[in-house]
Amino acid sequence: MGERILMRGNEALCEGAIIAGCKYYFGYPITPQNEIPAYMANRLPEVGGVFLQAESEIASINMIWGAGCAGKRAMTSSSSPGISLMQEGISYLAGAELPAVIVNMVRGGPGLGNIAPAQSDYFQSTRGGGHGDYYVIVLAPATVEELTHMMVDAFDLADIYRTPVIVLGDGVLGQMTEPLVLPEPSTRVIPEKDYILDGAKNRKPRTIKSLRLAPQQALEDHNMELKKKYEEIMKKEVRYEGYMIDDAEIIVVSFGTSSRVCKSSIQMVRENGIKVGMIRPVTLWPFPSEIISDLAKNTGVRAFLDVEMNYGQMIEDVKLSVNGEKEVHFYGRTGGMLPDENELYNKIMEVVNEYCIQET
Amino acid sequence: MNIVYRRPESLKKKTMHYCPGCGHSIIHKLIASVIDELQIREDTIIVSPVGCSVLIYDYFECDGTESAHGRAQAVSTGLKRVQPDKLVICYQGDGDLAAIGTSETIHSANRGENFTVIFVNNAIYGMTGGQMAPTTLIGQKTQTSPFGRDPVLAGYPLKMCELLNQLKAPAYIERVSVHDVKNTIKTQKAIKKGLSYQMNGMGYSFIEVLSMCPTNWGTAPVQAAQWVKEHLASYYPLGVFRDNGASEEYK
Ligand SMILES: Cc1ncc(C[n+]2csc(CCOP(=O)(O)OP(=O)(O)O)c2C)c(N)n1
Repeated sequence: MGERILMRGNEALCEGAIIAGCKYYFGYPITPQNEIPAYMANRLPEVGGVFLQAESEIASINMIWGAGCAGKRAMTSSSSPGISLMQEGISYLAGAELPAVIVNMVRGGPGLGNIAPAQSDYFQSTRGGGHGDYYVIVLAPATVEELTHMMVDAFDLADIYRTPVIVLGDGVLGQMTEPLVLPEPSTRVIPEKDYILDGAKNRKPRTIKSLRLAPQQALEDHNMELKKKYEEIMKKEVRYEGYMIDDAEIIVVSFGTSSRVCKSSIQMVRENGIKVGMIRPVTLWPFPSEIISDLAKNTGVRAFLDVEMNYGQMIEDVKLSVNGEKEVHFYGRTGGMLPDENELYNKIMEVVNEYCIQET
Repeated sequence: MNIVYRRPESLKKKTMHYCPGCGHSIIHKLIASVIDELQIREDTIIVSPVGCSVLIYDYFECDGTESAHGRAQAVSTGLKRVQPDKLVICYQGDGDLAAIGTSETIHSANRGENFTVIFVNNAIYGMTGGQMAPTTLIGQKTQTSPFGRDPVLAGYPLKMCELLNQLKAPAYIERVSVHDVKNTIKTQKAIKKGLSYQMNGMGYSFIEVLSMCPTNWGTAPVQAAQWVKEHLASYYPLGVFRDNGASEEYK
């Protein structure tokens, strides 16, 4: 095992990316992720890579397309407004099945909003985000170490499924310094890249495109292939953390930074002898529906409490998974505000009382 | 037998979808001829725009990629930066390059990206059915300038060569035309120069080609060529704006 070091989230994730073999970064400054381009500008030349500050996020994502055509591992990063600008490009990448890794250190919105940590890009990330029928894989880390290791996973997933992957953090995760052990390089088998544009030498010319005009059903056929791929991802790549769920009567569902607050509040509630646990989705898409459905059907589980840093986005996926079996309550802060562990404690206790759950 | 003319090998044996008298097919052929001549087919990647020439990759025996509308030079930047030993040809129309993609154009040029841009200026949006382009001439009637382009409403036609010539980085900027044989031959020479400069790592080359769009101009092909000569080429002067290869420091 590697040495334990202290690193800030935005910088540690760069090391994770470099360990994953990423040598190319294209991006445009925006708070709260400016440490990423600054770090890459220093670090990539050392590993024989290229850092390029693009003229906009629109340019960045299309540079990523270019690098992806060449089969190279490349990344970009931004925060909410910049990610909005990238959406056309992300849709193209999904349509053309090009791998890409995009880090979104979410800030408060809508509009210019503020620069405080938020989770209000959940809808945008998990519903494709741009135009057309597609999904992207969305990974949501809760610690700096997880974020760093996740970069290796993100590049693997992007290559294995030839899809954009979004790593969804927030200002807290990006700015926070935590101890971590850097990840090992991946040992996953990556399919041979038989689509790369590197000059048609001793082979037929290749084309990378999202345009599918003819025959009439060409796009539907292609989209059905995409759908198959998405179903495979949903089957194989769901990741979540179950926290004290074995005996839990109340299940909190929360991801990323807000899930850390939940852990504190859950511990406070547990001290009262009340059984509360948490499902922390690590992949927001594919969403861990199955475990939530199973828990919803479990007679020991009385209710759910969805906790987010927005005014209720993931709760739709939680409700779809719970499918009416149990009530789903909500606690959240929006506009860049962090949930408060005492307030959340009170909210959990409110739910506990509503269901007359006794301490045991 | 002495062959004086043949289909370039880099061009696929495929009927192009372009309208009669359209300049795109001529310019494709010129590019293919240069690729043959420089023997770079196996090293070349063509970046297509969104516009009438979106399917350019279907006509070349080369690797090719699409790009989102206006983003061809960002895609070219990505491609070239990660494999600097390959040759990138970035092909764009005037809506793509000079309206929605102006930012990518100026910044790629300003960084001196080492690829070759072929900018097809037909003074109109062809693919979407003939709307006003940034390059539409004053008084020119289009779907969206039905009374003729009025500079009070729509500003003046954008001269991209002149604009880019303000920048330090570009290696080569020339405006050519395909309205007649003499100028078509000049266009091929310009494309060859641009690609040679790229091969020598000299940086950004920009070749603006004045071209015909009879369908959306509502003219016959012959009149369209005449219109380029009389109107387009008089507002957009042909010639070399920048040629670092011809300057002393590169000799
Ligand atoms: C984001 C976006 N906006 C608009 C369009 C529609 N569109 C397609 S091609 C085009 C203009 C093409 O004109 P030009 O670049 O001059 O090329 P031409 O067709 O004349 O060769 C437009 C506006 C699009 N595809 N994407």
